[in-house]
Amino acid sequence: MQNRFNAFSNHGVGIGLRIPHYQHIFSRKPVVDWFEIISENFMIDAGRPLATLDRILEQYRVVQHGVSMYFGSVTAPDPEHLKRLKTLVRRTNTPWLSDHLCWGSVDGTYTHDLLPLPYTWEAVQRTAERVRMVQDYLEIPVAVENVSSYAAFTASEMTEWEFLNEVVERADCGILLDVNNIYVSAMNHEFNPMAYVNAVPAERVAQIHIAGHSKYEKYILDTHDHPVIDPVWELYARAIQRCGPTPTLLEWDDHIPSFDEVHAEAKKAERYLRHSEGAPSSAALTGAAQ
Amino acid sequence: MSQASMGLEEIQRAMASAVMMPLTADEDMRQHAPDGRAMTHVAAEFIAPNSRLTPFERLEIYNRQYWYRVLGALAEDFPAVRAVVGAKKFEALSVAYLAQHPSRSFTLRNLGSKLVEWLEAHPQFAGRRHALAVDMTRIEWAFVEAFDNPEHEPLTLEQIATLDADSRLAIQPHVRLMALNYAADEVTLSLHSREKRQASEAGVKHDDGEDAPVRLPRLRRRALWVAAHRVDLSVYYRRLEREEYLTLEAIRAGMPLGAALEAGFRDSRIPASGRPGRVSAWFGTWAELGWICTPDPGSLVRSQEG
Repeated sequence: MQNRFNAFSNHGVGIGLRIPHYQHIFSRKPVVDWFEIISENFMIDAGRPLATLDRILEQYRVVQHGVSMYFGSVTAPDPEHLKRLKTLVRRTNTPWLSDHLCWGSVDGTYTHDLLPLPYTWEAVQRTAERVRMVQDYLEIPVAVENVSSYAAFTASEMTEWEFLNEVVERADCGILLDVNNIYVSAMNHEFNPMAYVNAVPAERVAQIHIAGHSKYEKYILDTHDHPVIDPVWELYARAIQRCGPTPTLLEWDDHIPSFDEVHAEAKKAERYLRHSEGAPSSAALTGAAQ
Repeated sequence: MSQASMGLEEIQRAMASAVMMPLTADEDMRQHAPDGRAMTHVAAEFIAPNSRLTPFERLEIYNRQYWYRVLGALAEDFPAVRAVVGAKKFEALSVAYLAQHPSRSFTLRNLGSKLVEWLEAHPQFAGRRHALAVDMTRIEWAFVEAFDNPEHEPLTLEQIATLDADSRLAIQPHVRLMALNYAADEVTLSLHSREKRQASEAGVKHDDGEDAPVRLPRLRRRALWVAAHRVDLSVYYRRLEREEYLTLEAIRAGMPLGAALEAGFRDSRIPASGRPGRVSAWFGTWAELGWICTPDPGSLVRSQEG
């Protein structure tokens, strides 16, 4: 859905910009709706990564996705991080920016992981404050992404989707709905993933992530190294049914196959988007969460 | 502490401490925390079980993920050091280093920023090739910095012609100066070429079957001065004369040009008559490579006016 959280953009289906594909992109100039970049890879002073990004920006639409803002960390964000992020935002003109609904640093020490939050009212309040502050500083819409998780907390007072809804409502921000993460967490925490998709406020969904994962004996790991499985496509179909056509991004970060293979996997999403075009979304019909 | 009393901050401190605790040799989470408490008890204080996994097992997933990530990042930044000390020894070295210097940056790019100093102070982790490993760590960290450090507007030949003994200059931040004990630049480059050959499209592949240090030709210890720098987005290494290295270091330290040259030629065997020619040649090269800039935008103007 085009909404204020994705700057009313109809981006279509994109893929993550990854180094193994650079040569293909620059030599073949494939038609791609948009690329998602990992902000941290370009929050540098100079050199090849920024030169490469500038070449991409000449020809493609780019949206920034971060991995280390840690909206849920109790310690304040690094001002240097925020400053560099804003510099990059000005360079890319990203219409919106996303990062994860998680934590990952304590007292300036970073785990570089997307650690889950306890779903408590205290965490709701602190996280929403942080999202609001970052959004105000960056002066562009911010969308928070639900993460895959492998642990749940004894302190939790609500479901994950209730927590997400409370945070985005209080922060007045968008959602990057990762339907693969919903599936992974649902399997790891034994809840119905469709209940999650149905509970999300559709009018706040700025973007959707799809991806593959790895199944182990006792848990599922979010590895982004496989094609999207059918149950995740089903969640995606339902999300699109509820939200309407929404900018969609395939993540593939490990054992990365050829550009064409990744792009073909991403473009499978188009059949759902086409199907939903013309049909009013659930959110459009009611103007509220379903 | 009771479960109900743990707030967000306490949970995050407890979880971070557990996640960053080194794994056992079998890559499992340790049974006991540094304070001696059983990790089964620690985990159960804030992690809930599910029907398949205990709190300990759920926390262990994050503990493993943390170490796989940071160890992978260091191995990627220091492939030649890893090859020279051997994969197993490099992992032990990395764990000990990261236990003392966990990441203090939002980006993994800075993870190895203290490795040179740490390895110099901890020779037991590199074995008999310690001095070579320190040199190679210096070179590989210099590559990281030369790759994406800032580049300021360089001085032109015309501007350089106006300099005098009182001029204060700066060296481009991407120029990294190194004093080495071995021809470690050659070894590093040759090992990087080997890595490239082994690289897959998805990135650098490490053959974890190769635990032993790589075989090297006999290396003679000799002082060597090298600069890593960036030209047209690529990183290059350039060998320097001792005097050139010392002069550049002195300029970088903020000395006026005259004093920097004096420091550069201290104890030099280059006869006084040959020095002006040397300095002229250095400046020609530095200008060509764009190595020299001003410490701040106003300083050159002051120097020119003075």
